[in-house]
Amino acid sequence: MTIAVLLKQVPDTTSKISVSGGRVDESAVSKWSMSPYDEYALESALQLKESGGGDVVAITCGPARAAKMLTDAAAVGADSLLHVLVEDLNALDSTQVQAILAAAVSHCSAQVVFCGKQAADTNAGSTGPGVAHLMGASCVTMVSEVASEGDSFTAMRASSGGDQRVAVSAPCLFAFDKGTTELRRPNVRGIMMAKKKVAETLGASDLGVDTSASSVSVDSHSPPPEKPPGQRFEGVDSVAVVVSKLRDEANVI
Amino acid sequence: MDVTVIAESSENGLHPVTAQLVGAAVAIGGAPTVLCAGGWGVEDAVSISGVAKVISVVGDCFGSFDGGAWAEALSSASGGDVIIAAATPAGREIAATIAAIRGIPIVQDVTGLAPGISVTRPIYSGKAIESSTVGTPCAITVRANAFDAAGEDGSAEVSTVNQSADVAVAVREAIAKASERLDVAEADIIISGGRGMGDPANFSHLEEIADIIGAAVGASRAAVDTWDEIPHGMQVGQTGKTVTPSLYIAVGISGAIQHLAGMRTSKYIVAINKDPDAPIFGVADYGIVATWEDALPALKAELGKL
Ligand SMILES: Cc1cc2nc3c(=O)[nH]c(=O)nc-3n(C[C@H](O)[C@H](O)[C@H](O)COP(=O)(O)OP(=O)(O)OC[C@H]3O[C@@H](n4cnc5c(N)ncnc54)[C@H](O)[C@@H]3O)c2cc1C
Repeated sequence: MTIAVLLKQVPDTTSKISVSGGRVDESAVSKWSMSPYDEYALESALQLKESGGGDVVAITCGPARAAKMLTDAAAVGADSLLHVLVEDLNALDSTQVQAILAAAVSHCSAQVVFCGKQAADTNAGSTGPGVAHLMGASCVTMVSEVASEGDSFTAMRASSGGDQRVAVSAPCLFAFDKGTTELRRPNVRGIMMAKKKVAETLGASDLGVDTSASSVSVDSHSPPPEKPPGQRFEGVDSVAVVVSKLRDEANVI
Repeated sequence: MDVTVIAESSENGLHPVTAQLVGAAVAIGGAPTVLCAGGWGVEDAVSISGVAKVISVVGDCFGSFDGGAWAEALSSASGGDVIIAAATPAGREIAATIAAIRGIPIVQDVTGLAPGISVTRPIYSGKAIESSTVGTPCAITVRANAFDAAGEDGSAEVSTVNQSADVAVAVREAIAKASERLDVAEADIIISGGRGMGDPANFSHLEEIADIIGAAVGASRAAVDTWDEIPHGMQVGQTGKTVTPSLYIAVGISGAIQHLAGMRTSKYIVAINKDPDAPIFGVADYGIVATWEDALPALKAELGKL
């Protein structure tokens, strides 16, 4: 069984984002990391492999800098790496990204796909369901845990009514929420082995995907609107003042 | 402009965010058709102002949640130039799948819309705002509380479509929620506790206040990670839930960037923290420098008087 894990490299959650000339200045991002939900997808894929066997292939679609993230995935145990080189992901619309990733999954002959429920840069969450549809796979989102059960899989997912254990069979895709699992850290041996691992690198056109005509064009980026400075109060006596302001000034209670 | 709104509804009826979706549709010049999955919420959807018609889509597949199957069933009635859904977990999944079925792009978690179609949305967890132009047809999900709700004086006609799809996700076991408390993702007022609460038992003080004002109780990741009694479902932030309530009260929460990522777009923010330099005060509309031990009993008493 081959488990494909879809990973995206994003600015680390602690990184400052600065805008210059109407665009986010990517060169000013101090640190790039694997998107947090993708880390849970990867961890769970590695656990599934350990309990049920198989290979984990880490796939990313992104610019050259994302190679580092694939090496990080190898360091914790991904068996093979596939990098679909796209210099400017912002220039693609959701249909194109999904077509690339679905073709990459099929290139790896994977029937089972793990990914994050959304990436921490756009926070969209379109990729999992879209790729699942293109693969003809069942899709489970908000997943915290997956186990194999013969030819099928069971997953824990969060829903507004409480958690549910659901069953699906391959082909299937699981989009991860933050799980209950601890993330593993790479050890020295893993890091050494990962340095030797070479990612297969393809272009979108190698996968037969046309990236020319995006139907979404980014006009500009801007810093978030400045919030006027808030009002500050000291001590317990101010609670009554704040409550009356919440009622009369803000009208929220 | 032919706009289709996917109602946010469940066995419990229509979620109020649906009126905001209609508000968003009107912002781009549409008198929308509202689809109610499983027929839920039809009675309330018809009275939303500006709705052209309501379609009740009924079928066996709506018995339990399978986003792929629901999207398949709903897509037959989602032929509009623009499809609008709520940026909730289910809304995002259904809209993304319908977009994939139709081969059209989707832009998620939009907070501004204008004819054209111009969309704005927060990116990098609100550290920047992106404006883009999207061709039609397209799908869009909108963030709760970003658009004014349409009024309630409509009288749209209803038609019923029988349309099911194969369900591939079988529910084996439903685990009841640990508590019957309101979910932070659903609430219009949230009171959250952080590590500064000192002990999970102290969250009872937050619950008492929540009960008075109809709020949900949330938590920081430090609280969730430190105490087993505080479930992950309560976590607000980068790796928890993104919330946009009218009022967010942060108690004993320092205001780390990853926590702010999940709540900074709340309409009003109150912070209670004993440290005057806590970063949470940087986003608070009303900051109270005090210990929760002092402030919460006073808050409870004042709210009780309202
Ligand atoms: C990838 C990643 C993702 C993350 N995702 C999230 C996320 O989704 N959500 C999240 O919240 N965090 C997240 N974090 C963690 C985040 O960085 C912080 O560690 C966390 O938010 C801190 O929680 P806290 O404010 O409760 O605790 P602390 O930072 O320990 O702050 C406790 C606060 O309580 C105050 N305090 C103490 N005693 C009292 C008292 N008696 N009365 C009043 N105030 C008191 C203190 O002054 C302090 O400000 C993430 C981190 C990473 C690296």
